[in-house]
Amino acid sequence: MKSLLTFPKGGIHPPEFKTQTQGLGIEIMPVPDELELILGQHIGAPCQPTVGKREEIGEGALIGEVKKGLGVPLHAPVAGKIKDIGNSVHPVRVSAPSITLTVNREAAAVRYERQAWQNLDAAELLTRVHDGGIIGIGGAGFPTHVKLKPPANSPVDTLILNGAECEPYITADHRAMLEYSAEIVEGAKIILKILGIKECHIGIENNKPDAILAMTKAAEPSSPDASVKIRTLQVKYPQGSEKQLIQAITGRKVPAMALPSAVGVVVQNVATAKAIYDAVVLRKPLYEKVITVAGKGIGRPANLLVKIGTKLKDIVDYLGGLQPGLSKIVFGGPMMGFAVSSLEVPVTKTTSAVLFLTKDEIDTKPHSQCIRCGWCLDACPMGLEPKEIGLHVEAGRSEVTEPFGVFECFECGSCAYVCPAKRPLVQFVRLAKMKAKRPQ
Amino acid sequence: MSKQQELDDQSAAPAGLWKVSTSPHLKSSESVEKIMWTVVACLAPPLILSVFVFGIQTLLITAVSVISCVAVEWLSQKALGRPVTIKDGSAVLTGMLLAFVIPPGVSPLLPILAAVFAIYIGKHLLGGIGYNFFNPALLGRAFLLASFPVAMTSAWLPPVKNLAIFSFLNRSIDAVSTATPLAVMKEKGMVAFTEIFGSGTDLYTSFFFGWRPGCIGETSGFLLVLGGLYLLYRGYITWHIPVSLLGTIGVLSWIFGGQGYMTGDPLLSLLSGGAILGAFYMATDYVTSPSNKTAKIVFAIGIGALTVLIRLKGGYPEGICYAILLMNPLSTVLDGWFKPKRFAPPLGGAK
Repeated sequence: MKSLLTFPKGGIHPPEFKTQTQGLGIEIMPVPDELELILGQHIGAPCQPTVGKREEIGEGALIGEVKKGLGVPLHAPVAGKIKDIGNSVHPVRVSAPSITLTVNREAAAVRYERQAWQNLDAAELLTRVHDGGIIGIGGAGFPTHVKLKPPANSPVDTLILNGAECEPYITADHRAMLEYSAEIVEGAKIILKILGIKECHIGIENNKPDAILAMTKAAEPSSPDASVKIRTLQVKYPQGSEKQLIQAITGRKVPAMALPSAVGVVVQNVATAKAIYDAVVLRKPLYEKVITVAGKGIGRPANLLVKIGTKLKDIVDYLGGLQPGLSKIVFGGPMMGFAVSSLEVPVTKTTSAVLFLTKDEIDTKPHSQCIRCGWCLDACPMGLEPKEIGLHVEAGRSEVTEPFGVFECFECGSCAYVCPAKRPLVQFVRLAKMKAKRPQ
Repeated sequence: MSKQQELDDQSAAPAGLWKVSTSPHLKSSESVEKIMWTVVACLAPPLILSVFVFGIQTLLITAVSVISCVAVEWLSQKALGRPVTIKDGSAVLTGMLLAFVIPPGVSPLLPILAAVFAIYIGKHLLGGIGYNFFNPALLGRAFLLASFPVAMTSAWLPPVKNLAIFSFLNRSIDAVSTATPLAVMKEKGMVAFTEIFGSGTDLYTSFFFGWRPGCIGETSGFLLVLGGLYLLYRGYITWHIPVSLLGTIGVLSWIFGGQGYMTGDPLLSLLSGGAILGAFYMATDYVTSPSNKTAKIVFAIGIGALTVLIRLKGGYPEGICYAILLMNPLSTVLDGWFKPKRFAPPLGGAK
């Protein structure tokens, strides 16, 4: 057998838990009565509302935009009436400015027609990406139009689409690759045109053979000005991390503290490519997305197409309610996601999954002292020293942790996963990042 | 019933509150307890064999040692106001290893004293598990060797013939003083050694399977290696320390161990003394050995070299105990010198 692509250093093999939802087709969730649209969904400056209270708006209408600074506009997922401009519960920031939208059930759904994009130039395509409110919806939330305009001093020659989906439980990208294969490939071709390059690789872990097959089919035939190749990756966490994925596919190493453009690569998630297709070909802004709802704590696990702003409680209602034994609700994957404490939290553009985990699915053991086994050193894909960072933070010396690599840590959690003393190493790193001095 | 109430009712099971903590929310099934108890289990077969070789007294001395280590750990943690962690198995392991490195014929009082020194002073006064920079079991042995030199170098039991394991109970406690192979070699020379223990394949086999005087931990190289291989298979230890350590002892004994250069017996040097126990169970102790792979190799070569130096030129017949204790405090230094390789240096090269 041909050896599968992967990154050489570190990584772990957590149980996959994907069988719960990987066979379930994408299901369109009925729109709830009310949506809560957080204004700051992306990295950068939050949107300012462009609508007033009690204003009636249509589906896809602009409701927020960034006038100054980095950001993308926000659109109404459905027709409705602005109920309030206030604050919402936020999965990470606890509370954040938001727009509450009361859904108008009378309004007819907008129909989007396919438009030709091949004769548009790169600048126009980029504007459409921006106007569509596209951000990296794999999780990071970085405005895509900025990422697609790499600095002039580092020319890009390769596009990588990330279909690794290495987090346990999540199958949203898997389903998207099966059901939207052609759209994803077309999205990739749009990105190639924007970047003015020809080569695209789509990396998929080999635990999704059906997605690999579907995508390979969709990527054919390869034309001379747009070659899209499917690359099979070994199942290993964190395969979907940008630097690890680039190394697995191209063999190039992104320098510490640098962006992928430093080695001539741009990485986008497959779901983002689909969103780019929607924004450019259909001129449909990003206001809905596929998420995986899984775990033993939810009545009926599913891959759902939900409107941005759908509250957790509506999803719970739709999927048969919470189950006894529910212990933790996680926004995102179990390795890097955030635990939330309220069902009022709305889905944002960067939500990839909501997990309802029961007591036997999560770790609840208290942590103990570091025994210096060094397993975290073996697990770290970046070659950092999590145990040293943890020991220093515990001793109140966060400031001296920079030499151990805190700022190169992307918090994948591999170290904390393998730690036999169950130490909260990611937490230690986050604390250290706040206090240590950033290298210049 | 309103939707909200319904929801509240559902979420009320089991406690109505959900846990919130930082990622990752998933953790491996490995734990400190699992590691410690697995190592303890790996030491059980040689212990059982030692009962057949030396008699039931080995079991008695091990029991005393384990119980006193656990008791001292409990008392220390109570006294120092720390959470009691005797269930994690680390004190049990220290007790086992301590019993494995003292002569089985000593008074039961000795392991009790050693436990106090090893666990209270050597471990808990330095900060508890993870912060002790000397291997506690070896520290206990070194303490006994300094305090009771006669008992610690003469209370060996000869191997019991005919599997008369209960013969000890019939006799009065007179630990028949007999000398260990390394002591004979050192004090009386190779000729006397061959007279007593034989030579060639017979010698290797009887040493490998444990038919000779010595500590419990020196008896069966075969069972110790077997346990060590299991730990390697489980990923609890890596090959770096055992291979480098045994390799160094073998090579240096071959070069310097004989009458002239390159005439030593590397196989004998590995089978005698505590080389195997030290390489697989003592030097690999997580807390007191380096964490980085390269540092592990350097650490183990250091131990091997010091062991051979003490065996050949020092005042003691066996040197691995002191060799490990001498290298222990260097672990963190070595970790600092041999850091793991970063994914990639920053732009413009490493600082």
